[in-house]
Amino acid sequence: MNAHLQPTGSAYFITKDTQETERHTLSVLVDNEPGILARVVGLFSARGYNIESLTVSETEHGRRLSRITVVVIATPKVLVQIKLQLERLVPVHKVHDLTAEGASLERELALIKVAGSGDHRAETLRLADAFRAQIVDASVESFVFEITGKPAKIDSFIALMQPLGLVEVVRTGLAAISRGPQGM
Amino acid sequence: MAEQMTGAEMVIQALTDHGVEHVFGYPGGAALPIYDAMFQQDAVQHILVRHEQGATHMAEGYARSTGKPGVVLVTSGPGATNAVTGLTDALMDSIPLICITAQVPTTLIGSDAFQECDTVGITRSCTKYNYLVKRVEDLPRIMHEAFLIATTGRPGPVVIDIPKDVQFALGDYYKPDLDTLRHQSYRPQLDGDAAAIEAAVDLMLKAERPIFYTGGGVINAGPEASEHLRELAELTGFPVTSTLMGLGAFPASNPQWLGMLGMHGTYEANLAMHDCDVMINIGARFDDRITGRIDAFSPNSRKIHVDIDPSSINKVVRVDVPIIGDCERVLSEMVRVWRSRTNQPRTEAIGAWWKQIGTWRAVNSLGFKNSDTVIKPQHAIQRLYEATRKQGKEVYITTEVGQHQMWAAQHFHFDQPNRWMTSGGLGTMGYGLPAAVGVQVAHPEALVIDIAGEASVQMTMQELSTAVQYRLPIKIFILNNERMGMVRQWQDLLHGSRYAHSYSESLPDFVKLAEAYGGKGIRCSNPAELDAAIAEMLDYDGPVLFDVIVEKDENCLPMIPSGKPHNEIILPDTANIGDIIDEKGRQLV
Repeated sequence: MNAHLQPTGSAYFITKDTQETERHTLSVLVDNEPGILARVVGLFSARGYNIESLTVSETEHGRRLSRITVVVIATPKVLVQIKLQLERLVPVHKVHDLTAEGASLERELALIKVAGSGDHRAETLRLADAFRAQIVDASVESFVFEITGKPAKIDSFIALMQPLGLVEVVRTGLAAISRGPQGM
Repeated sequence: MAEQMTGAEMVIQALTDHGVEHVFGYPGGAALPIYDAMFQQDAVQHILVRHEQGATHMAEGYARSTGKPGVVLVTSGPGATNAVTGLTDALMDSIPLICITAQVPTTLIGSDAFQECDTVGITRSCTKYNYLVKRVEDLPRIMHEAFLIATTGRPGPVVIDIPKDVQFALGDYYKPDLDTLRHQSYRPQLDGDAAAIEAAVDLMLKAERPIFYTGGGVINAGPEASEHLRELAELTGFPVTSTLMGLGAFPASNPQWLGMLGMHGTYEANLAMHDCDVMINIGARFDDRITGRIDAFSPNSRKIHVDIDPSSINKVVRVDVPIIGDCERVLSEMVRVWRSRTNQPRTEAIGAWWKQIGTWRAVNSLGFKNSDTVIKPQHAIQRLYEATRKQGKEVYITTEVGQHQMWAAQHFHFDQPNRWMTSGGLGTMGYGLPAAVGVQVAHPEALVIDIAGEASVQMTMQELSTAVQYRLPIKIFILNNERMGMVRQWQDLLHGSRYAHSYSESLPDFVKLAEAYGGKGIRCSNPAELDAAIAEMLDYDGPVLFDVIVEKDENCLPMIPSGKPHNEIILPDTANIGDIIDEKGRQLV
């Protein structure tokens, strides 16, 4: 009933971010302990950062270290904040912005189920061969392909499978590593 | 060196080994083994609270006034959830707390057991770090690491969740040994970069309109940091302002002091921030209550920022010279480098700047029209301040949140650090009364006063019972305007004076309430009787609830309103604050 009244102000000031967003891949080295993933993901949701892709697994069993690869889309200013906020978490050892630090390799694995018969089946196999997708399961009316590569390559393979009887897709999310002799 | 004991005994032993003398807590089923261990020793004294939120604020007051970590002990489920507000408050204000929460036995975790809750899940985002202890072997290491994490770097609260079976289990206890810590990733940077400190001093040496903008980081870095700040201010001759959290680090009686800055800061402090050419931020974080409109914040200054938390740098305001490090160490380096360059303050070079500041000071932005028929809240605080100066005791002030808090910051003056306890970041109404209890526990001989509002104080009123039980003679100075004054002020400013639920209805008779609790109650509404009533409060050896009936519609000024930069501050002579914000300002969110 007060809708006709003037809009009201508040105690806060918001300045619009005028910077363009960028897509960056971060590599985060953490102690592999209970709750670490919740800590990292919770930080993203609490501070309003967007996660595009997240991959996590133990990489050094002896030292109980895990590597988290996280793809984010944010403005340069927010990207710096994300890195600093991650570094602030007690179990985080290092955070590297692979996109900012130069050349890096990015790979993803997908399992793709396609069902069909006749011409579609033959076309499916031709395309799988062209994309170097492996057949990991087959029946008289379906295939499951395993494909690895850059996300864009997987995207195009999935797009091609769509009209040929695509049933479902599962993707691992991105794994990334820097080029050259240096480690994290 | 290992000694065998139960998990519950390890908790007490670790507290003793870390020099803990007081624990604020409340028992319950899952915490009983620890309480039993507590019962059988004398080294650690337990203060029984009335609500777990009270325990957390007491621990905050204790920590803030001593520089030592505050320790909280609560049971599982509701004990833990009631502690969440205080944990968040401590995280926002960087207060070192150790909060031990009991948990249901490990075998019952996840079964929705009686008084079970996901404590580590709930507290993950309101602690600096938290632990669920699943094996008694891990308990000594976790206890020691928790103290390290809570007290070093940027301080904060740490939760240790201990299931009941782990409290009963036998294991080996080890003394604190930093080498056994699990988290080698935790290494706060303490020393500032030497080149950055030199660059900062170079900027300061060329400054014509400099200002020190100091914050809670100076207090957290210990009393030596305040000493260094005073020394640096004297060496340079620069003006000093501070955030709400930093009051006391620089003496309010010093002529270089400009008063607090920010939304309710002084005219001279805010104008100096706006017009300065070199800003030296020591341990403050460009909070939105300080900056106002970011794009109009101190537009022509080069900014130096000293902070122990790298994520504070460039978070809100872009700075020219970032220095990551402990304020105490960086300040002492700044003093050394300044001395190596010159032995003269820049008195002449900044003479025109001080002259300009003098004209701003002459505005007298904290002025108010006093009355001889009704007590003005500002007047009440001024009289309280004057009365406490004559007591010959150490004076500690805590506050609740709202108008009274800002008036206290403006009109009560501090010459030493660790004397001012307030909820800055989270703005927790109900903080002040329990915080005063915590301060009084740490300083039994001191004069501890909670400057309160009648609305805030009712949020944690029950802790008066704690004060009575432990004979803690805290004074609760209620500025009673029968309003949630700050809410009412914002409604005048932005919402056409439509006072939606911002009044205090059905208030208790605070005098009778105090008596019901076993304390003393005083009421005063006549300005002529105020001094005598304050003296009566200060002379009473026990807790006092002092109900000061004040002017109902006083606004807290000066004020930088929504959507305005520092130089468009509202001064006390403004007749109607409702006319100040234009259509565009109201649309800001």
